Amino acid sequence: MDFTFDDQQLAFRDAIRKFLVVEAAPEMLRGIWETTKTGRSAELRSKLADQGLTALSVPEAFGGIGLGATDWVMVQQELGYHGIPDSLVDTAFLAVWLLNQLPASVELKRAWLPRIAEGRARVAIGHPINPLVADAEAADLLLLWHDDEIHAVPPSQATLRINPSIDLSRRLYHVDWTPSAETRIGTAAIGAPLWQGLIDQAGLAVSAQLLGLAHRMLDLGVDYAAQRKQFGKPIGSMQAVKHHMADVAVKVEFAEPVVYRAADALDSGHALRAVHVSHARLAAGEAARLAARKSIQVHGAMGYTWEADLQMFMKRAWALDATWGDRKYHKRRIDQHILADAAPLGPQHTFI
Amino acid sequence: MRLAYTEKQKAFRAEVRAWMADHVPAAPLPSFDTEAGFAAHREWERTLNRNAFSAVTWPKHLGGRGLDLIEWLIFEEEYWAAGAPLRVNQNGVFLLAPTLMEYGTDEQKARFLPRMAAGDDIWAQGWSEPGAGSDMAAIRSKAVRDGDHYVINGQKTWSTRAVWADWLFGLFRTEPESQRHHGLTFVLLPLNLPGITIRPIQQLNGLPGFAEIFFDNVRVPVENRLGGEGEGWKICMATAGFERGLMLRSPARFQQTARQLVDLYRANRESADADPAIRDAVLKSWMDAEAYALATYRTASRLAKGGQIGAEASTNKIFWSELDLLMHETAMSILGARAELMAHAPDAGDIGHWLDGFLFAQAGPIYAGTNEIQRNIIAERMLGLPRA
Ligand SMILES: Cc1cc2nc3c(=O)[nH]c(=O)nc-3n(C[C@H](O)[C@H](O)[C@H](O)COP(=O)(O)OP(=O)(O)OC[C@H]3O[C@@H](n4cnc5c(N)ncnc54)[C@H](O)[C@@H]3O)c2cc1C
Repeated sequence: MDFTFDDQQLAFRDAIRKFLVVEAAPEMLRGIWETTKTGRSAELRSKLADQGLTALSVPEAFGGIGLGATDWVMVQQELGYHGIPDSLVDTAFLAVWLLNQLPASVELKRAWLPRIAEGRARVAIGHPINPLVADAEAADLLLLWHDDEIHAVPPSQATLRINPSIDLSRRLYHVDWTPSAETRIGTAAIGAPLWQGLIDQAGLAVSAQLLGLAHRMLDLGVDYAAQRKQFGKPIGSMQAVKHHMADVAVKVEFAEPVVYRAADALDSGHALRAVHVSHARLAAGEAARLAARKSIQVHGAMGYTWEADLQMFMKRAWALDATWGDRKYHKRRIDQHILADAAPLGPQHTFI
Repeated sequence: MRLAYTEKQKAFRAEVRAWMADHVPAAPLPSFDTEAGFAAHREWERTLNRNAFSAVTWPKHLGGRGLDLIEWLIFEEEYWAAGAPLRVNQNGVFLLAPTLMEYGTDEQKARFLPRMAAGDDIWAQGWSEPGAGSDMAAIRSKAVRDGDHYVINGQKTWSTRAVWADWLFGLFRTEPESQRHHGLTFVLLPLNLPGITIRPIQQLNGLPGFAEIFFDNVRVPVENRLGGEGEGWKICMATAGFERGLMLRSPARFQQTARQLVDLYRANRESADADPAIRDAVLKSWMDAEAYALATYRTASRLAKGGQIGAEASTNKIFWSELDLLMHETAMSILGARAELMAHAPDAGDIGHWLDGFLFAQAGPIYAGTNEIQRNIIAERMLGLPRA
C-alpha cells in the first residue's frame, strides 16, 4: 500500500510543468485560439512531442514509452492547469488506448501509433455520450461510434460543421459520415466493452484536467487577492476573501486523492473502476465549479472581463464538466453501486 | 503508487477482525458521559490493552504494537466496522501520546504511556479558558515556580470528560508578565490534587460531557512539565495538529456512518425519494467519506516516507466536521418526524443513535479550533494570503 508517486513520476511532472510555463503561457494560447481556424498549433504540438507527451502510452513496439493511467494523471493535471486543449489528450491518451485495445489490427496500429508517438498525427473521437466531436477539423483520423462498432474515417470522407463553444479553445464539430465495411475496424461485440472502457479512460483525463483547472483558478484568485488593494490594504487580508479561497483549497485537497485512486483502478483493472472514475469526475467537477465561482468573486469586475486570464480556465472547466458523461450520468453509476444489495460499503472496503 | 494491501497487511486485518468479533460488547455501552458508562468504557480500554490493541502505533515496550500508519488505518477500519465502542481515552491516546513521544523524556514516557494504554489514567485536555477560546494565546491561568513545584491558579473550561478523568494536560502561564504565546508551559497534572474544583457542565444532550476546572494554589511537581519552561505554545501546536490532523478522527468512523446512512435510506426509500435532495445527499455523504479515507491514506503514505504533517491538518478538520453534519442532517431528513426521538425513547427502536450523532455533529465545527480559525490558517499558511 503506497499512495504516493515515485521520484521518476514527480520529476517528469516537474519537467512538464517547467516546459508549459514557458511554452504555453496564456497569451500564447490566446494567440493560437484567436488567429487560427482549427485552434491548434503544429509548432506547439511538435514541442509537446519533444517532451515525450505524445508517446506516453504508445507501446514501445510502436515507438512509444508504454506508460499507464497513473503516469498520465499528473501530466493531465498539468495540462489542465496550463489550459492545454484536449486534442493532445484525445489523441495521445484516448485514441492510443482504443487503437491499442483493438484485438487484430496490427496494420492499423502500425499505420497510426508511431505517427501519434512522434506528434505527427491527431485523432478525434466521436461517441454519442458527447453531442459533438472535438477537434475533428484538425484531425488526421476520426474514430467514430456506430451502434457500438468502431469506425476509422478519414476526415476527407466526412462533412464537418463547426459549433462555437463558450470555451475558445474548444473546436466542436457536427460530423456527417456514412459507416461502411471499409471504415469498420471493430464489430459491435468488440466495440461495446471498448467504448465503455473509453468512457472511463476519458473520465480520468477529464477529472485530472478539472483538478488542474481548479488549482489554477485558486492560484489566480490568491494572486489577485494578494495584490489588489481596497480600503488601504490587500483584499486578501480580509477574512471574507480568505475564506472563499480556503474553501476552494479544501475542495481541491479532497478531490485529488479520489482522482489518483481512479487512475490506479484503471491501471489495475479494478472491478470498481467505473465507480471510482465517476467519483473522481464528480469530486473534481465540484472543486472546479467552486474554484470558478469563488475566483471570479474575488476578482470583482475584473473577473468578468475578456482580458483577465481567469476566463480561459473558467470556461474550460464549465465545458469539460459535462463531457464524457455529465453529472447525471456519473451520479447514476455511483447510485447503482451503493444502492445495490450487499454492496461492499464501509470502512473495510476503501480499496477492495 | 500501489493501492493494494500486502499479504502481511491482509493477515493483520484478519487478526483484528477475528479479535473484534470475539470481544466487542454485544450491546452498546452506556454513554461515557455518565458515571456507569465511563466505568464501562474504561473496562473496554483494559480489554483492548490485553491484546496490545489500545494504541497499536506505539512502540512495544510502551504497550503498543509498533505498527505503521497504514496498519493503524486497517485497525481502525476493522474497529469501526465491528461497531466497537467510542474511545473514552482518545484525548490521551491520540493527542497527548504523540506529543509525549515527541517532546517527553524517557522517564515521562515510561511513567505515563503504559498506564494510559491500560486505561488506568484517562486524560482530559485543558486549553480553553473563559477568555481564551479561539484566541488561545490569551490564556491567563498561572503556574508560578516555587522551588521544585509549580503553584497553579486560574480556571479552565469546556474540558471534555474532565468530570471523571484522572489526569489533565494543559497550558499555563509560567512568566506572570508574559504576553500571548510567550511564557506558556505545558503541564501534566492529576485531577485529584488539593485545590482543584471540578464543576460539570451539561452539554446539549443534558449529560455532563465537559467541565470547568478551578485551580486554587494547586501544587504540581516540576517534573510534570512537558518540554522546557516557556515552550508550551510550540508543543501545544503540535498536539493541536494531531487533533485536527490524522489521529483524532480516523476516516473509518465516517465511512461506517456513511454505510449506515445508505442502509437507512434503503430501508426508508419510499418516503425518502419524495425529496430528491435526500438521495443526492446520501450519495455525497458516501463519496466524501471515501474521499476522506483516501486523503488519509495518502497522508499516511507520505509520512511513512519521511514527510511531515502540514496544512492538511486544517483542511481535514473542516472536511470531516462538515461531512459529519451533512450525514446526520440527511439522516434527520430521512427519519422525518421520528428524528426527534431520544435514544432511550421506548418507541425509538434503533434509530435514536442518529439524534445522538446529530447533536454531537453540531460541535464538530466548534471544537479542536473552530472552522473559521481553520480557514484563516489555510488562507495564511497554506495559500500565503496576507494577515489582516
Ligand atoms: C464538544 C466540545 C468539546 C470541547 N472540548 C474541549 C477540551 O477538551 N479542552 C479544551 O480546552 N477545550 C475544549 N473545547 C473548547 C473549544 O476548543 C472552544 O470552544 C473553541 O476553541 C472555540 O472557543 P469559544 O467556544 O470560546 O468560542 P469563541 O472563540 O468565542 O468563538 C465564537 C465564534 O466566533 C468565531 N471567531 C472567533 N474568533 C474568530 C476569528 N479570529 N475569526 C473568525 N471567527 C472567529 C468562532 O469561529 C466562533 O464561530 C470543546 C468544545 C466543544 C464544543
